[in-house]
Amino acid sequence: MEIHPFNFNLMKKSSRILILILVLSLIAVYFVPLWNISLEAPQYPEGLGMQIWLSKMTGDLNTINGLNHYIGMKTIQPDSIQELKYMPFIIGFIIMTGLIVFLFNKRTLLLSWIILIIITGIAGMYDFWLWEYDYGHNLDTTAAIIVPGMNYQPPLIGSKQLLNFTATSMPDTGGIIIFAVGITAVLILIYEYKFNKTQNVKN
Amino acid sequence: MKNFIKKTAGFILIFTLLVLSVNFNSCSKKEKSGPSLSGDEAERVYVAPGKWDEFYYFISGGFSGQLAAYGIPSGRLLRVIPVFSLNPENGYGFTEETKPMLNTSYGFIPWDDSHHTELSQTDGIPDGRWAFINGNNTPRVARIDLKTFRTVEIIEIPNSAGNHSSPFITPGTEYIVAGTRFSVPVENRDVPISTYKENFRGTISFIKVDKDKGDMSISFQLITPPYDYDLSHAGKGPSYGWFFFSCYNSEQANTLLEVNASQKDKDYIMAVNWKKIEEYVSQNKGTMMTSKYAHNVFDESTQTARSEMLTSTRTFKPEDIPGAIYYIPCPKSPHGADVDPTGKYIVGGGKLATVIPVFAFDKIKAAIESNQADGNVEGIPVLKYDACLAGEVKNPGLGPLHTEFDDKGFAYTSAFISSEIVKWNVETREVVDRMPVYYSVGHLTIPGGDSRKPWGKYLLSMNKMTKDRYLPTGPELTQSAQLIDISGDKMKLLSDFPTIGEPHYAQGIPADLVTKNQLKIYKIEDNKNPFAIKSINDARAVREGNVVHIYLAATRSHFTPDNIEGVKLGDTVYFHMTNLEQDWDIPHGFAVMGNQNSEMLVMPGETCTLKWYPDRAGIYPIYCTDFCSALHQEMQGYVRVSTKDSNVPISYSLGNDKK
Repeated sequence: MEIHPFNFNLMKKSSRILILILVLSLIAVYFVPLWNISLEAPQYPEGLGMQIWLSKMTGDLNTINGLNHYIGMKTIQPDSIQELKYMPFIIGFIIMTGLIVFLFNKRTLLLSWIILIIITGIAGMYDFWLWEYDYGHNLDTTAAIIVPGMNYQPPLIGSKQLLNFTATSMPDTGGIIIFAVGITAVLILIYEYKFNKTQNVKN
Repeated sequence: MKNFIKKTAGFILIFTLLVLSVNFNSCSKKEKSGPSLSGDEAERVYVAPGKWDEFYYFISGGFSGQLAAYGIPSGRLLRVIPVFSLNPENGYGFTEETKPMLNTSYGFIPWDDSHHTELSQTDGIPDGRWAFINGNNTPRVARIDLKTFRTVEIIEIPNSAGNHSSPFITPGTEYIVAGTRFSVPVENRDVPISTYKENFRGTISFIKVDKDKGDMSISFQLITPPYDYDLSHAGKGPSYGWFFFSCYNSEQANTLLEVNASQKDKDYIMAVNWKKIEEYVSQNKGTMMTSKYAHNVFDESTQTARSEMLTSTRTFKPEDIPGAIYYIPCPKSPHGADVDPTGKYIVGGGKLATVIPVFAFDKIKAAIESNQADGNVEGIPVLKYDACLAGEVKNPGLGPLHTEFDDKGFAYTSAFISSEIVKWNVETREVVDRMPVYYSVGHLTIPGGDSRKPWGKYLLSMNKMTKDRYLPTGPELTQSAQLIDISGDKMKLLSDFPTIGEPHYAQGIPADLVTKNQLKIYKIEDNKNPFAIKSINDARAVREGNVVHIYLAATRSHFTPDNIEGVKLGDTVYFHMTNLEQDWDIPHGFAVMGNQNSEMLVMPGETCTLKWYPDRAGIYPIYCTDFCSALHQEMQGYVRVSTKDSNVPISYSLGNDKK
């Protein structure tokens, strides 16, 4: 019999349990913020921030919108942001497919699942970047403060100085969980390929 | 011979020069012989930029009528809280919502003289919920909410004049007292002044305080002999249930009191058993006396004050309350009646006395029980001085006034005439230290110094004469407060600073007891002011007969609406401004040209109303008076006032959005 690594092969019991744990931890993403943007300025010792969740936004939105109108940035209206309507379903889909991986316990399914997560992650970050670009560049030309050549696109990840504010964009608990789930899934897959050769022979 | 003359002349010259230079030196010395600086005073009082002080000191404004909050040890003035006097700076007493606070049975009064402040206590310890302060001229007591540092209640005291021995508090904040410094006829009526002894009375009032909400109501009044009731303090621990009032002018003089009230060797401390009088109150005893007095409450949820006129109080004459009231002789024209933290000792500060008498409560009780009295005044037993006395402090300085205590068993008394503070041991009555103060100290204060548990670190001396202590400001000079370190055996002067008005008394409290409850903004959803608007879309101008209501929203950096037309001569205009910000420290102000009124300052989430009666047609600018944002200078608008017979309709707009 040939040993072919891409046969539909079963995974070890410990991997299977770990996958279940990963799927269940994704449920937590419904209950914590995904991403955090914080703003620091000398006259705000208490700090300002906004959090993006799967289906809502929290934080000092009113204050941030109030400040943004000076530079002509659009007001952030969570009700008109479409992503907040379908992100819960995307995560739901990922959880469902993760359960399928756990139930059928096939390595190839795990690979497909990981690819799904990676594509979703990249698509999400790109979409976020586009949103940040739009808000930071498409400014009202009648705004009171116009700095020639300036845009107010917050960083994707990291810190950037925007006039008197230091804007810091970082994953929050939910975002970290998704990253961790993706990385752990990859590690499980690598483990299965490298170290689970005995099962291959059995089939 | 020539040589000799030369030498002598030389000596005389040198000697004269020496004498003159020594004289010049001592003349140019600005320093008086005071306490020497030992080095770290500056560090002790330096509070670095961005850091907070350890204590709040709430210092009475005296003739300013307000209450000032200072940070100690830096001495920084944090805020002047308007209480009894108008404050055009923020509209207190000018806005429609706050005008009722200054209402009295005599009508609207724009000022009073606020002498003493007292903090609410729980179990005998200051708790940081409320500050109380008295109004001396038109007798009143005010309550300030320390979450918002706003005056929320003022109650007038009927049948009284000169509310001085006020607003001292019982250890559980059960009662605040008021007491008359000036006797007047009760009920007040037209009699010759010389009938003082027959017709004039003193009045001691016990104001009940609701333990949760702080609301005040007059529980009962004692109509007493016409002495001048000066200061008072509550008993605590073993003396809980009693209150002690110092009184002078037992000579019952009505003129030239300076001489006539200083004749007798002893006046009194009046001991009142309020616990016992509570029983009489619950049995409906006493006489209900008709009187007219105002009770003003600022409702913090509707952000509006309401004034009601009350019409009667329960009064007791001494004969109605046997066993509840006693006089204890005290030298001589006493000022302070101070109770030590253990509640065992009562100290009388006789301002013309040469000793400080310290009475022991257990001896007072024993004297009452064994009837050791020397006659009576209108049926009130006068207990024997020696029977009540624990001891006298000898050499207490000249003109002892007022005593506070630390947490190590020491008392500190202010001596006005010798301008010093004297530290003595409460148990042994020995003077252990004295410190000169500049100049002429009135009251002194230690945080918790009149409570069950003082914080014995700082003492503030509030002095009555300033003269050369600070840069001069013409003939009218500030008063001064001096900060003294009392944590060691010897007192140490740390710093001094000028104060607003004339501080009479103050209360200190560790800062975190107040900071933990602080309100930063008013939540717009909790705003129940009837004239509030909750969003820009509700901003409007409305005519109701010849009254125009303009509902303005204030946000950075524009009013909505900011162009209003259609007001006519003869209209009364009310600007109801709601600050829709929910961000910390972003107030907006408002003023309109030519208004015979002040500005108003509106905090985030708050609504205030300013009245305007335009007297000529034309265009009137309105603008934000408190620097709120980078474009504050652009935060302005216009109101058009047309002639009486014009038919310009009411219209209002912002930008291109016209209604």
